[in-house]
Amino acid sequence: MNGIHDMGGMHGFGPVDRRPDEALFPEAWQGRVCALAGYAMSAGLANIDAFRHAIERMPPDRYLADGYYGRWLYALETLARERLADGLQPESPEDGASVVREVDVEPLFSVGDAVCTWNRHPEGHTRLPGYARNRRGVVAGVHPACVYPDTNADGRGESPQHLYTVAFDDAELWGEEAEGGTTVYIDLFEPYLETIR
Amino acid sequence: MEKGLVESAAVDALVERYEQDVGPLRGAQAVARAWTDSAFRARLLEDGMPAVRELGFGDRMDGHVARLVVKENTDTVHNVVVCTLCSCYPWAVLGLPPAWYKSPAYRSRAVREPRRLLAELGLDLPLEVEVRVWDSSAEVRYMVLPQRPPESDDLDQDELAAIVTRDSMIGVERL
Repeated sequence: MNGIHDMGGMHGFGPVDRRPDEALFPEAWQGRVCALAGYAMSAGLANIDAFRHAIERMPPDRYLADGYYGRWLYALETLARERLADGLQPESPEDGASVVREVDVEPLFSVGDAVCTWNRHPEGHTRLPGYARNRRGVVAGVHPACVYPDTNADGRGESPQHLYTVAFDDAELWGEEAEGGTTVYIDLFEPYLETIR
Repeated sequence: MEKGLVESAAVDALVERYEQDVGPLRGAQAVARAWTDSAFRARLLEDGMPAVRELGFGDRMDGHVARLVVKENTDTVHNVVVCTLCSCYPWAVLGLPPAWYKSPAYRSRAVREPRRLLAELGLDLPLEVEVRVWDSSAEVRYMVLPQRPPESDDLDQDELAAIVTRDSMIGVERL
């Protein structure tokens, strides 16, 4: 979905505030939310993709205001409300379960292939950032096939897909504003990619 | 908790574990080993997870992660890691991400103007050094293998690990 979470390339957030020796959890509730999220997902409240999508569905003003663990808390509350409203109906527990899957079909692409990303704007979860849609790149790596987050996030099943690292020249992404001499690598699932003929 | 899914004591125990022993130490040990053992360095760059497991960290690998990819800095290539869509991070080797890594400023700018961003953080890279930004928004997690600093020849592996910073393994710092 084209949400506030899709931050790559945005302007206006100012300098990065890097502080040495910051506490891992400046407030105690943040640590509890962090741990609780792990346990809740192990217990089958939701899979990792549904959890991420629950964060993305936050109202944008709250997304920015609540901070990292505040978003986690919002997602836990959202999923608990949605999934536990009519009694517990958890998904199968996935404690430490790998997302790697065997698939019957060979990868469509190999390292060195020129590809173009699709120009789609799904309302649901996707791992293709907005700044890299309809952009040309080159396959730089082929990874084991994985659960497809786009369908796994909203109950449409795992439908595993091949996963690639695709290299994009910064001028392809940012045009005249590109700094130059930079390559951006993004991990992208096969459905996002088309061959350049 | 009321549904009996999670016990509060278990939550507190996990918080304590994060606070006490999950940190960038494992990544630093892998880097120090790679600097002193070229065969290990080759294995680490080939496939990060099995190599890191050799160091005895296998019990804490992140289950959702398909691969750990380690990218090596050289005189002509500088690698930096970001996650623009959320805040994906190599927990298994670096622990929990620092606040700045999760900030909108870092997530938005690292892919669009990495040189300017790195310069603001104290790392001025000449134009002849290629910058490679790894937007790790999916099932692969990335760690940077920094260059061994000059004048570190007389340090042993433990001493080397002690000088490897978290930020150098994210790629916003050179040692």
